[in-house]
Amino acid sequence: MSDMIAPVAPSSKGAPKISNIKEAVIRIAGNSQDGIQAIGGFLARLAGRSEQEVMTFMTIPSTISGGPSIFQVRIGSGEVLSAGDEADVLLAFYQHSYEGHIASVKKQGLILYDSDHVQPRPEWEKDFHHVGVPISSLTVEAIGGTAKDKGKNIYALGLIAKMFDLNAPKLEKLIAERFTGKDESIVKNALAAFHAGYSHSLGNVLETFKFVDSSHKGRQQVVMNGNEALGYGLIAAGVRFGAGYPITPWSDIMELLRRELPKYGGTFVQCEDEIAAISMAMGASYAGRVAVTGSSGPGISLKTESLGWGVMAEMPLVIVDVQRGGPSTGMPTNVEQSDLNIACFGGHGDSPRVVVAPANVEDCFYMAIEAVNIARKFSVPVIILTDQGIATRIEALSEPNLKAICQDISPDLTPVADHKPYDLSAPDSATRHAPPGTRIASGKYPIVTGLEHDEAGHPTGSPKLHTQMTAKRRKKLQALAATLSTPKIYGPPEGNILLVGWGSTEGPIREAVDRARAGGDSVSSLHIRHISPLPNGLENIFSGFNHVLVVEMNDEGLYGFGQLGQLLRARYCDPKIQGINKTDGLTWKVREILERVRTNVSSGLSKL
Amino acid sequence: MSETLTEIEPRTNGAAAPAAPAERKGLTKKEVAADHPTWCPGCGDFSVLALYFKLIEKRKMWHENITTIAGIGCSSRFPYFVQAHGAHYIHGRALPFASGISLSRPDLHVFVFGGDGDAFSIGGNHFNHTARKNIKMTYVVMDNWVYGLTKKQTSPTSPLGFKSKTDQWGAVDYPINPMKQAIAAGATFVARTTHSNPNHVLQMMEAAMDHEGFGFIECLSECVEFYEGAFDASNPRKGGAFNEVPKDHDATDELAAFKLAGAEFPGYFGIFYKAAKATKNAKEAEIIRGARERLQGLQDWQILQKSFDRMK
Repeated sequence: MSDMIAPVAPSSKGAPKISNIKEAVIRIAGNSQDGIQAIGGFLARLAGRSEQEVMTFMTIPSTISGGPSIFQVRIGSGEVLSAGDEADVLLAFYQHSYEGHIASVKKQGLILYDSDHVQPRPEWEKDFHHVGVPISSLTVEAIGGTAKDKGKNIYALGLIAKMFDLNAPKLEKLIAERFTGKDESIVKNALAAFHAGYSHSLGNVLETFKFVDSSHKGRQQVVMNGNEALGYGLIAAGVRFGAGYPITPWSDIMELLRRELPKYGGTFVQCEDEIAAISMAMGASYAGRVAVTGSSGPGISLKTESLGWGVMAEMPLVIVDVQRGGPSTGMPTNVEQSDLNIACFGGHGDSPRVVVAPANVEDCFYMAIEAVNIARKFSVPVIILTDQGIATRIEALSEPNLKAICQDISPDLTPVADHKPYDLSAPDSATRHAPPGTRIASGKYPIVTGLEHDEAGHPTGSPKLHTQMTAKRRKKLQALAATLSTPKIYGPPEGNILLVGWGSTEGPIREAVDRARAGGDSVSSLHIRHISPLPNGLENIFSGFNHVLVVEMNDEGLYGFGQLGQLLRARYCDPKIQGINKTDGLTWKVREILERVRTNVSSGLSKL
Repeated sequence: MSETLTEIEPRTNGAAAPAAPAERKGLTKKEVAADHPTWCPGCGDFSVLALYFKLIEKRKMWHENITTIAGIGCSSRFPYFVQAHGAHYIHGRALPFASGISLSRPDLHVFVFGGDGDAFSIGGNHFNHTARKNIKMTYVVMDNWVYGLTKKQTSPTSPLGFKSKTDQWGAVDYPINPMKQAIAAGATFVARTTHSNPNHVLQMMEAAMDHEGFGFIECLSECVEFYEGAFDASNPRKGGAFNEVPKDHDATDELAAFKLAGAEFPGYFGIFYKAAKATKNAKEAEIIRGARERLQGLQDWQILQKSFDRMK
């Protein structure tokens, strides 16, 4: 946690002092229609252009319009691993924003509030530094009476820019870019609001701040959220067909692909339902080029029968699961990691498939490419498990070398002498799919099927073939597992406690390790990106620690372990594997992880 | 460039190019027949299969031009009996699967075969949406008015009073009228035929195949095991009447087609409705052309780079 706001004496006057800071956490609280995501977006993008690290966190109500909403931005000149437990600054637009979020501000932090709507509470004034600015009325003054609530977010952005000595010309450019193509008066008004905020006298603010130079000087960065990184990753991987059905928080990816794919000669189809979506993507994959479908929550349940067909017919396909709170309709706009079981095991019969989970926004991009390549190489459906937290959070990442990365996976229609779609003698049990259009000289053409089949794809009731084909579908994934490198430990490779995580929790877990080690505790962490099959060698890592605590955003389950925890216990039969779980629909705070580790210790479960 | 919908440039990895089309003869029945069908002797589906072979022969289609897709049911076993690329997908979902092929491979003609349960019960919603989107393919529903594979349960087209294992006292639910369903859903080619008139089946298949869009045929196909004699009234050899669609019927008139569809069994046979409407395939290709116009000469990575530059 940053120590940017020094305690201030409330009564002193004079020009504000300028302090150098390494990072800041700014929480913006208002209603969902106030454009607070836009302020956060501008700040994140500016950080990207200033070679700084950034991570954001947002909540949106699942109501159709309106409702309280927050956007938190953590900007740092060094490494930023999480969106920050506590805010240094709270920008509050309403009384409910002020009262609801003051608890998330650190003591002596700054409360910047819209004095048109917020009445400060005297009992809080000694613990927090309050600065009131009539943001609503000053915005109207700056851009005219018609603006009403519109534009006050940009006015507030101006205030923040002044307070943190942000690069105003770069922000103006970002604002102009954002509104390009709209009515010229909109750009003009936005800039007017920004300038008014920027030149507003900060009154009783005693201190303004300046970020020290970034430790990433010279790094070319792009700024995007996890859904964007995943969507563009699929395009870089060569995917040119997708099909989906709208559901939060997956919809962003389908909207992006619908907009972008035609530029590459591809298309994305909005289907009548989730089953049609996976079926259509499966058909396109069958036609010769790995396609994508995706969903969230209940949509994934609906897709499982088709997924089973993909396993049986050995069809490459990528399925994106942007997890949200479940079961059923659950908590559509909240985060949870409770789809690991359905991803690994969902469906009837023995149906091994591949499940991967990117660890951060940058990883969403690269994992999408890896998923496509695994699907192709092993002719198998691959599920990418992300979650609402990673989908909507913005990070700055090193710009990828697109020329080197982008791949062409056009259908390969090379004529072949003969083809068996389910050849039992294939190396590693992995057979190649020959798409329709492939001429086969022997005149024997393949049928791909969900019935148990012989090597040519024709139905069979043979007990021997069912045994052999079931083993084939398993063995190829065991061959895949052998190619996966063992994940690297964060921190020393031996010690007392190993925190194990998967998916979007990598950042907060690592920050927890840093903090615990700074306090003298022996804690390391391991992040698993390949969930099924698991990489080999984990047991050797576990053997170096006294306690293995699996940190997950899901329930501890009937038997006391979360979904990855249960999988690891089943795989390694190691009683030192225990779980740290939560189901509040929010991302892990670093503090929460540390507290839970300590609780485990004090209850005798673990020992520091 | 890796176009999908607008054109296909197959990669051949330098292998010998296929013989020029002019040198190739059309396929013979022997070359397109695969497994011996598992249908019961006397099943109407044999006739549809034989006519599909004939269609391939007559229209000089090659193995690599077509793909045969089905869902689940007796008739959906179809792809196993055809020596060509094919897929046996899951119950009711053959149409979206086929749509994925059609929308990404303009070089293939997609044929889908299935039964009344697949089309109008478990896959009913897909039928409506594939029809309204006018996705190019040929869909033949072999309608036998009964669930045969699971041994005689009521189907969505079983007439009222049909005694089955799930309606021991006779079917009580009003049946779906496939012709009305197709017309109302926006299908652009709607025809009806019966397995007992082979020439007519072939004629309808050809017309459906030549239709630029979603070509739908309901082909009555008798289940001799569980609904024997269901279609006798449409078979002149069994004392019935095969009534062709009246010569003066205007197939572009939706209301007239709907009225024709309402005739008492055996009703009419032929093309009920046909509309010239842009296919989804064509519309998507148009979107692609529009999007690519401004990107002439750029490689894929350069197009992606433009997007990344905007996120700096």
